[in-house]
Amino acid sequence: MVRLTDAEKAMRDGADGPAVAKAMDLLIRYAEALGAEDFVETNNVAGVPGSSPQWVKDYYKEDGGDYRAVFSRFDLDSDEVVDVPRMNAFSCHLQGGMDPEMWREQGMSEEAFANFRSDEAEVASHGIQVLKTCTPYLAGNVPVMGEHCAWMESSAVVFCNSVIGGRTNCEGRESTSAAMLAKRIPNWGFHTDDFRKGQHAIDVEVPVDSIFEWGMLGYFTGAAVEDAIPVLDGAISDAALIKHKHFGAAAASSGGVEMYHMVGITPEASSREIAFGGADKGERFTYGAKERAAVYERLNSIGESRDVDYVMLGCPHYSIDQIADAARMLEGRKVHENAELWIFTSRAVKATAMASGYDRILREAGAKLMTDTCSAISQAVPPGTKVAAFDSAKQTHYLPAMMGIEGWFGTTQDCIDVACTGKWEGRLN
Amino acid sequence: MATAELKAPDIVIRGRKVVGGVTEGEALVTSQTISGWGGVNPLKGEVIESHHELKGVSFANKILVFPGAKGSSGWSGVFHMTKLTGCAPLGMLFTITTTKAALGAVVLRVPTMTDFDRDPVEAIATGDWVRIDADKGEVQIWKGGRA
Repeated sequence: MVRLTDAEKAMRDGADGPAVAKAMDLLIRYAEALGAEDFVETNNVAGVPGSSPQWVKDYYKEDGGDYRAVFSRFDLDSDEVVDVPRMNAFSCHLQGGMDPEMWREQGMSEEAFANFRSDEAEVASHGIQVLKTCTPYLAGNVPVMGEHCAWMESSAVVFCNSVIGGRTNCEGRESTSAAMLAKRIPNWGFHTDDFRKGQHAIDVEVPVDSIFEWGMLGYFTGAAVEDAIPVLDGAISDAALIKHKHFGAAAASSGGVEMYHMVGITPEASSREIAFGGADKGERFTYGAKERAAVYERLNSIGESRDVDYVMLGCPHYSIDQIADAARMLEGRKVHENAELWIFTSRAVKATAMASGYDRILREAGAKLMTDTCSAISQAVPPGTKVAAFDSAKQTHYLPAMMGIEGWFGTTQDCIDVACTGKWEGRLN
Repeated sequence: MATAELKAPDIVIRGRKVVGGVTEGEALVTSQTISGWGGVNPLKGEVIESHHELKGVSFANKILVFPGAKGSSGWSGVFHMTKLTGCAPLGMLFTITTTKAALGAVVLRVPTMTDFDRDPVEAIATGDWVRIDADKGEVQIWKGGRA
């Protein structure tokens, strides 16, 4: 049985209104399902509160078919509809379903756009920050070491735990929406010290320095340890935010890694012993030249035709330095007439890209800088896409399978080049 | 139902309640973890992940027996949607507790158990008849169905 404080009992019993009571009821059921003994307080929640496609609203037609109905019945899993007040925790909306301006290019209907606008107005009026990104830590929500968070989005969760030392499980839609109201999340998993220790070792023998190499090592890591916590040690260098972003997203998609340690690099791994919480445990994997080549081959096993008609960058959402690099690579060139280049980021980062002149360079070259979503989330690719190219192992993992297209994985330079020539020339050097 | 005439279950295993309740039905078993978002079509309750051994198979109205959840944080949301489309499983038995699987079970509100004294993925085969009494912490199994 989960232990409740007096404040939590009061919330459950309705002292803070019916919506908070429903949120607390759901969180108690969730804590019991996990076998958690109590809750932690959180004031940092990121999810997708209340946003839904029209068919979900139609399902709750008898309950009003609106945001309030969906938030009550779906997000809070409540049998009755309740008034939904302003959220109590610092709350952020993660990625959404379409670009707020280029939705037509993404193939969205007028009706879907109207639904999107309506949901967004509700999100804002409930005191939720409209970050609309899978990278909240690049758009105004950076936790601190040890902070208890309740985040969705596997790539953000692994970044929060591993790079920042914040504490979050991989939460879902319903638990994050409830936590926005109740400011509680079950004290289980990554909220506890012991759970955060390394479980397997990965010895890195080939130099891993560029973002491309970090991404490949991430994809290898997830496949090796699945959802366990790896301790990586060896020839890893030139750490930077964007490299962790790509490493974590790749490891989370090939295996489900929610936290990793890099000895001497990440904050809870000042030594190998500290990372493991004692002596080495688990299995020991080696990442050498052979393994590196195999990862590259695996990521490129779904490409046959070298005639690329779509290049997608920005998974996870591009940072301002990645946009600056892409703009430099594209300056003075043109996207090929048979190809499209879409780059995805958050609205906050796009505002900086516009102020810095990168958006203009990209537009003049024929590329589009989009926000809020990505091709996998929105299931939107340019009409007639057959072969795509990516610089992200995560997007390579998901998009071709979801859309039934071919895909290539390479460096950002490979991707910019193919966007301009239409011919894939990527290879492993 | 003339329960007195039914033969005794072939196997009984015990575990911990995740979501309470009693249900029974035909088992669908996989030794592979399941992705929610991007791995299941909620309109059909069907596994769509490439290379998955259940690809193209629906778990609608079955007792889903699987090691656990993997992949995107959208797991609970996608399983929750199968309840709206009438394609939810009747009950679930999984061996690895994750936030994804636990939350998914909670919002599906179907009897669900974990932490068993014997691995249900080994003990149960697709087509076996399974009765879950999550409140008692007991799973009864009739091999090859209960015709």
